[in-house]
Amino acid sequence: MDIKAYIVLSLTLFTIGIIGVLVRRNAIVIFMCVELMLNAVNLLLVAFSKMHAISNTAKLSPTFASDAQIFVFFIMVVAAAEVSVGLAIIVMMYRNVHTVDVNFLNRLKN
Amino acid sequence: MNNILQLVWLIPLLPLVGFVINGLGRKSLSKNLSGIIGSAVVLASFVLSMLVFMQVKSGTTASLHYFNFLELSKFKVAFDFKIDQLSSLFLLIITGVGFLIHVYSTAYMHYEDGKDFAKYFAYLNLFVFSMLLLVMGGNYLIMFIGWEGVGLCSYLLIGYWFRNTDYTDAAKKAFVMNRIGDLGFLLALFWLIAKVGTLQFDEVFSSASLAKLSIKDITGITLLMFVGATGKSAQIPLYTWLPDAMAGPTPVSALIHAATMVTAGIYMIARSNALFSLAPLTQTVITVIGLATALLAASIAIKQNDIKKVLAYSTVSQLGFMFLALGTGNYVAAIFHVMTHAFFKALMFLGSGSVIHAMGGEQDIRKMGGLHKHMKITSITFFIGCLAISGIPGFSGFFSKDEILSGVFSHNVVLYSLALFAALLTAFYMFRLYIVTFTGSFRGTHDQEHHLHESPKAMTIPLIILAVLSIVGGYVGVPEALGGHHELALYLTPVVKSAEHHLTHGTEYTLMVVSTFLVLISILFSWLKFRNYKIEADAKGFGKILQNKWYVDDIYQLLIVRPLQNVAGFLNKIVESKIIDGAVNGLGKLINYGSRQMRWLQSGQVGAYVLLMVIGMLILFFIQLFL
Repeated sequence: MDIKAYIVLSLTLFTIGIIGVLVRRNAIVIFMCVELMLNAVNLLLVAFSKMHAISNTAKLSPTFASDAQIFVFFIMVVAAAEVSVGLAIIVMMYRNVHTVDVNFLNRLKN
Repeated sequence: MNNILQLVWLIPLLPLVGFVINGLGRKSLSKNLSGIIGSAVVLASFVLSMLVFMQVKSGTTASLHYFNFLELSKFKVAFDFKIDQLSSLFLLIITGVGFLIHVYSTAYMHYEDGKDFAKYFAYLNLFVFSMLLLVMGGNYLIMFIGWEGVGLCSYLLIGYWFRNTDYTDAAKKAFVMNRIGDLGFLLALFWLIAKVGTLQFDEVFSSASLAKLSIKDITGITLLMFVGATGKSAQIPLYTWLPDAMAGPTPVSALIHAATMVTAGIYMIARSNALFSLAPLTQTVITVIGLATALLAASIAIKQNDIKKVLAYSTVSQLGFMFLALGTGNYVAAIFHVMTHAFFKALMFLGSGSVIHAMGGEQDIRKMGGLHKHMKITSITFFIGCLAISGIPGFSGFFSKDEILSGVFSHNVVLYSLALFAALLTAFYMFRLYIVTFTGSFRGTHDQEHHLHESPKAMTIPLIILAVLSIVGGYVGVPEALGGHHELALYLTPVVKSAEHHLTHGTEYTLMVVSTFLVLISILFSWLKFRNYKIEADAKGFGKILQNKWYVDDIYQLLIVRPLQNVAGFLNKIVESKIIDGAVNGLGKLINYGSRQMRWLQSGQVGAYVLLMVIGMLILFFIQLFL
């Protein structure tokens, strides 16, 4: 399959993520959008990896083809850890101010 | 017996120690103790100087190297002391007269607070230290350190009573005028370094390095050095600080502004005689300036009514005589006169201090008179000083002044007659001072008359010693015409090469008789004019010009001080407050305004920040893609 399709898909997901972060005020939705952006990049990484795996260079070195795919797993593990921290923060925020609206938390101002 | 020369470093160090003790302990030391410390260190230096003098007299001289003061690649300045005939003689004058004046000060300053009293002695010790450094230095830089040090101490001591604004102004005037001269001296040193590459006396005066200098170089260097000397030794055009310097305590005037510091310029030129002898133009300049100063100052002294001002102008005039001698190449005579002048002028200053002490601070001779009855020792010693300065045969001033005059006579007869005239003026105003102050009847208030008393022993004994020195001090230089051998000239021969003057003994004898005769007439005239002194109305015509010191101070005020003040005022009011302050404040205001405008960016809304971040990223993205 043509690599362009993957690039367009990733770009779309990433843009949706950005717009979501920009326009939504609910912390959980923003958080989900951030995850969306992260996974868009992840998807792109896998796609490029697959593209290189069928090239000539990869055939000479067997490990080359799987490098990026293993890297993706690392990213997913880190993302999972990040999600747990992020959700914990949001839970604490809700406990303290009884809302998950990010604009409510602008106490550094003034 | 070389070990005495090994101890030479103690001579300047002891007064420095005295300065440190008195300076740091000024709040805890008792007045007696600080007076004793201050005097004792100078006495110890005097004893050492005496031993050193004996050693040098027996023919040993030394250049003592201690450490390298300055090292700049090839150019090195060592911290050296040079002990030879010239410096050992000055050591004796400085520590000897210095010690007497320290002792005198313990009585004269007794009414000061303990703290101020110790401060006074600390400054005085520091002065002695700097002056010793000046004459002992083995190169021009060490000399210059002492040169600046004495200038500083002079400033500190003139402004000793700093609560009086006039006095601090006088101190500032002295300092600024000295600095003008010092700049000349400093430039001369730079010139020497550039051409010869060393400041060491022995090396500079060696024929090898003199050969490196063209006649233009030598003339330039010596003229600049002379500028330095005019500042320190109060010659035209930089002399006006010295009369004002009388604001300081009287013993200070005696030590710094009569006996020692003001002779630094003469010492420097005598030390550099190898250079000056090669620069005829400079010698002419020195002769003319010296003679002009001698005449101008003597004429002013005639009409002054402040006892210390008369002595101050007399000092300026006598310094002029010394420069006249230097200019005619008669270095020995100049040094001789430095020595005798140190004795009789210190004597007269201390005598005037004794008078001021008795009068309760009054310095105006119009309010004195008839003091001989009340203070016999002061009166008699002062009289001896007058005889010495006037050049009455047998007193020290006669020998030194006569030597200068005969040197000038062999040089130029016109200069001689002018110098002789200045000498006659000297006798005239000195006896005017004596007659008005000590004879006749008392013209002050009744309270003052009641208060009159002879000064304590600590003041009279230095007077007596100085009076004896003023009489016998001249016998070290009895000329051959009077059957002497001029021991001083013989002693100084290794260091100072005076120009030969060829006068037969008969001519010299005639000159002596003529000058003595004229001086006696001058004294007689003075006596006739002032024996029935009454307070006179303000002088008119020429007398008024003299009374106002030829308006030199006013001319300086008009030509130099005022324009400088105007420039300073312009810089202060316009440049400083408008341009510089405007620029600085404007910058501050601009930043303040800018920050206020930028503040809305920091809204505290996370969304806004993210939006800006995305916009920034997009811009970078497009730059990367399309540019």
